[in-house]
Amino acid sequence: MEVTKQSVSGTLESSDIMITIEKSTIGNQIELNSTVEKQFGDSIRKTINTTLREFEINNAKVGAIDKGALDCIIIARLKAAIYHSVSDEDKQSEVFKA
Amino acid sequence: MNKKQTFKAFNPENIETKNEAYITHRVENNKIVESLEEAIKATGLKDGMTISFHHHFRNGDHTVNLVLDTLNKMGYKDLYLASSSLNVCHEPIISHIKSGLITQIDTSGLRGPLADAISHGIMDKPVIFRSHGGRAAAIESGVIVIDVAFLGVPSCDPLGNANGYSRDDERANDVICGSLGYAKSDAEYAKNTIILSNHIVPYPNTPFGIPESQVDYIVEVDDIGDPSGIMSGATRFTTNPKELLIAEKAATVIINSGFFINGFSIQFGSGGASLAVAQFLKPAMIERKYKARFALGGISASVVELHEEGLIEKLLDVQSFDLKAANSLKNNRFHQQISASYYASPLNLGAAVNQLDIVVLSALEVDINFNVNVLTGADGIIRGAIGGHQDTAAGARLAVVVVPLLRGRIPCVVDKVNTLVTPGKSVDVVVTDYGIAVNPARKKIIKIMEENHIKIMDLKELYNIAVTMTGIPKAIAYTDKVVGNVTYRDGTLIDKIYQVKD
Repeated sequence: MEVTKQSVSGTLESSDIMITIEKSTIGNQIELNSTVEKQFGDSIRKTINTTLREFEINNAKVGAIDKGALDCIIIARLKAAIYHSVSDEDKQSEVFKA
Repeated sequence: MNKKQTFKAFNPENIETKNEAYITHRVENNKIVESLEEAIKATGLKDGMTISFHHHFRNGDHTVNLVLDTLNKMGYKDLYLASSSLNVCHEPIISHIKSGLITQIDTSGLRGPLADAISHGIMDKPVIFRSHGGRAAAIESGVIVIDVAFLGVPSCDPLGNANGYSRDDERANDVICGSLGYAKSDAEYAKNTIILSNHIVPYPNTPFGIPESQVDYIVEVDDIGDPSGIMSGATRFTTNPKELLIAEKAATVIINSGFFINGFSIQFGSGGASLAVAQFLKPAMIERKYKARFALGGISASVVELHEEGLIEKLLDVQSFDLKAANSLKNNRFHQQISASYYASPLNLGAAVNQLDIVVLSALEVDINFNVNVLTGADGIIRGAIGGHQDTAAGARLAVVVVPLLRGRIPCVVDKVNTLVTPGKSVDVVVTDYGIAVNPARKKIIKIMEENHIKIMDLKELYNIAVTMTGIPKAIAYTDKVVGNVTYRDGTLIDKIYQVKD
């Protein structure tokens, strides 16, 4: 799946994460700013990477401002951001119907 | 046995009070000195000595910074800073540590930039953390010898009768703090007490929190603190549904604990859920026609309301949390100001905490063995205060700790607390939004909960629910350097806080 335009999902409320996704030319890049970086920084990056791979996204720049979101919330916000950043054709994909 | 008395012959010449010289002296003689510098010089303060402060102005305090700046200008070094607590507003202490003015700190807690700097190893000597009762005992037993106490107060007369409000001079209530509980112990035991006040009122300033007999010098200053940082109008009940859920569960536990009887006594610790428990107890008190004999501790608006409605007979106030509490202390006959020692000293068997039936306490973390941390955050950085946590948990017949299972992604029920502050042995019940756990050693409480069909969970079970949602947090990296010694209320060392590695 190809990221074609920038999109944003989530908020800066406590327990939420705000994710910005846009096109990249040098593979996947993640820029994470988290209130729980020390405890969960690596885990959050892993969750984002795994989700990107699930959608076969290989050229995306992901900016994430995390206020202590649980994994399920991170995945949901990232999926929403991906949905709004891909082509109409990709939006029909099975992965969004699950 | 009385001393054997011998008498000298009476001589009217010895009645000095009627001499012209004495009368002139009495009119002129008061304890007000021209400047803080002059007062400091008069005390004979030397490098290496101990100075103390109270924290009744909380985050609006200007006294500590004013005094330390003055001491710095006067060239002092190597002072031991014993404050009943320190707050975010005390960031300037960082520069006084760097300059060598302050070489050791003794406090109930640390917050903000100062706490952060200390967690990152700015001091050579570890900070000593004490509970409010532990501090009182250390002062009483001479473990802490206060050479000079600098006590900021909202009202003081020229002879030193000082208070956290004034009953007859409304000007003094612009900067009101209510109870002077922690300052009382300092004034009583300090070798020298300097009062700093922005309102000198006519003698006698009754009622007073600190009597003139304990005051040596008075300095009039323009500004002791910022009222908006000292207290809010009234601590409002939380509207956070998670906190309300925890509070409701805690009230259910209390009502069914066997300790909820007519004439019970209670303390509500600070924190949204803890303070909200009162609102869930109230209907049961009215329905059963129960009155509480007294409420203890930090007093806030919710407790004052119950007092004014006749549901709590007496208030024992070591620290007034909001304007409503301070005004109640000023206006209500049965709202009594008490010292830290009266409140919680372990050397004082009659301490009010030992008369307490029920206490509701907050926590940063609770572990599966009921141990509580109220000092360090999940990142290992100091961000709290012991307060009366250890004292009330040990003294009360029922100590209930209220804590959310998670704060954001941080589990608050953990396998082992980061910093041990209040030992599990003194904690009876832990209430979370996901369930209630009773200390297995409290067989009677477990039995009564079962009889009342209140579901009890194991803390391990709650821990597992937490980490299933959050994942296991990465362990905090520390260096070998100790930045804090945490004492238990009896003065023993209960844990150490290490420098965080970044």
